[in-house]
Amino acid sequence: MSRDLNIKVHHLTRVEGHGNIVVNMKDGILETAHLSIVEPPRFFEAMMKGRSFHEAAIITSRICGICSLGHQLTSLVTTEAALGLEISEQTVLLRKLLVHGATLQSNILHAYFLAAPDFLKVGSVFPLIATHPDVVLRALRMKRLANDIGDIVSGRAVHPITPVPGGFTRIPEKAELLEIKRRLLEEGLPDGLETIETMKALAGAIPQFERETEYISLKHKDEYALYEGDIFSSDTGLIPVENYLDVTNEFVVNHSTSKHAKYNRNSYLVGALARWNNNHSQLIEEAQAAAEAMGLKPMCFNPYMNTIAQVVEAVHCILDSVRIIDKLIENGLKNEKPNQTPTRYGRGIGSNEVPRGILFHDYTYDNKGNIIKANCIIPTGQNLANIDDDMQKLVPEIITKSKEEITLDLEMLVRAYDPCISCSVHMLEVDFIE
Amino acid sequence: MKPKVAFFDFTSCEGCQLNKLNLENDLLDILKHVDIVEFREAMDDKADFYDIAFIEGSITSPSCVERIHDIRRRCTTLVALGACAVNGGVNAMKNLHPIDEVRETVYGKDKYLFATLPAMAVSSVVKVDHEVRGCPMTQQDFLKLLVSLVLGKQAPKYNSPVCVACKLKENECLYNRGMVCLGPITRGGCDAQCPSFGQFCTGCRGLLEEPNLDGMLEIMTNHGISLDEAKKRMLLFNSNEVQL
Repeated sequence: MSRDLNIKVHHLTRVEGHGNIVVNMKDGILETAHLSIVEPPRFFEAMMKGRSFHEAAIITSRICGICSLGHQLTSLVTTEAALGLEISEQTVLLRKLLVHGATLQSNILHAYFLAAPDFLKVGSVFPLIATHPDVVLRALRMKRLANDIGDIVSGRAVHPITPVPGGFTRIPEKAELLEIKRRLLEEGLPDGLETIETMKALAGAIPQFERETEYISLKHKDEYALYEGDIFSSDTGLIPVENYLDVTNEFVVNHSTSKHAKYNRNSYLVGALARWNNNHSQLIEEAQAAAEAMGLKPMCFNPYMNTIAQVVEAVHCILDSVRIIDKLIENGLKNEKPNQTPTRYGRGIGSNEVPRGILFHDYTYDNKGNIIKANCIIPTGQNLANIDDDMQKLVPEIITKSKEEITLDLEMLVRAYDPCISCSVHMLEVDFIE
Repeated sequence: MKPKVAFFDFTSCEGCQLNKLNLENDLLDILKHVDIVEFREAMDDKADFYDIAFIEGSITSPSCVERIHDIRRRCTTLVALGACAVNGGVNAMKNLHPIDEVRETVYGKDKYLFATLPAMAVSSVVKVDHEVRGCPMTQQDFLKLLVSLVLGKQAPKYNSPVCVACKLKENECLYNRGMVCLGPITRGGCDAQCPSFGQFCTGCRGLLEEPNLDGMLEIMTNHGISLDEAKKRMLLFNSNEVQL
């Protein structure tokens, strides 16, 4: 079809940070289709230089408010690897509980507040307060529960207080954990199951689009990998975390303030959909049933289904949190002090799955415990090349639609990735050239 | 008529905005008293005029300067929200290094391709009527200010150190536990949240109006850290305020 098309979405809404969608088609030939990142630079790597290991996680947490727990935990495991700090089983369990809380809060925020308005053809969650009050109240309840896990275990859900190198500055009390468990079972689980029904009803509004790509996530032999594991590529299998630079291969493109990444193909995908494709069989049974109910099957090549994979994970996080609390209480809560005596100094590399995908931190410390060099590779940055490749396949497929419909499909595509743009441009800015 | 309220983000982590969406128990009540007319992180709508504009983040590029002037022209009351907006926050740490070095660390050979300014407080560029301090701002602080503005009452102000709240809560001083804490020079109002959870105060709410910085450095060095390290700790959230 011979057509001229010119789409510019300036400062896309309902995503974290500033990005523009740019599409240019002339005489039916697609000249440009990409997400342009225009967030101002942050320079975190430069700010980290010379800072003490006590401060590293406090600073990196501020890369992103939405993913602050992720940036804090990855920073802690990186510092612990570099300084040879051993941590207890209790610390690992409490961190896993925090990861579940943060994943639940972020996935619910995205599914209900950022993505669902598209499915219902409204501009935000606010009109839904009048039209769908029970759904909005449920979303708020689930978010509150998830944030309460963060508030109780880490002192504060945004920029957590108590997680420090080597452990926690405060251990939650048994009664606090039991109260969370009660709410997870009495509120969280029924709300999670209702969410599946809501998403099933909305699933018809999810665009049918497929593009097979490379899916990269952590993988762990015993569990659905979020807190720990090796890197796994759906194309070539396991890679040790220490070799992350072989995977990310960051490069600069001139339409994005954030670097792009690629491994075995032109681009790869990280996040809930990658975790689903790589590790779905390790999800708790109820979460697998939720996936089936919402029509999510492995391998899923439709990036719009990322939102559905997030809801599946929400169910998993609710139930696995109960298991973790049981384990903590069975072991007996111990009032441990954090282990902050370095046994060596040097380089450490750490990785976690945060809600938007696999995150890497890499620090080198001098023999006073101050940072010489820091590098952080962020999930959204890794997804950007994949988003562009999706757009370039998608636009010709939907070219018979109106400009407004094409624009909406593109906006929904970018939102489906739940991008976190402040994170991804923690260091780079390239001017936007129209 | 309900006041028209808008939220804008500049260079920041958007954690303060998230903290508003985390007001799950109060969000629906808030919406009975104000109209949120612009909030890019959560909604599509845009407006021409605002009674109250909440600004998150630091001013760090020429385009930020243009945008904040435009918002100031279109609003009646402007509020700086969170440490990045109030005094530059962690962003201002980049101002401590020569800008050429910062750019080179990040961009390598392409260091001159990208426009950047020193990270500035919003009040360095336009008039700021009120502020909500902290990293992140606390929800209680935000609600107190919002209620004052809606009712036309005087906004709360704090100028006592974090230590006062810490003492009232009968916390053991963290210096007794071998930590180095910025409570004595940091503006309170946070209910000593971090020390109450066993973590040292990072100074995220900014300095008191007349802080005794030399005294603070003396306490810190008496508790086992070098003068250089003590200065760095002080600068973490206050690079634009501390003159050493």
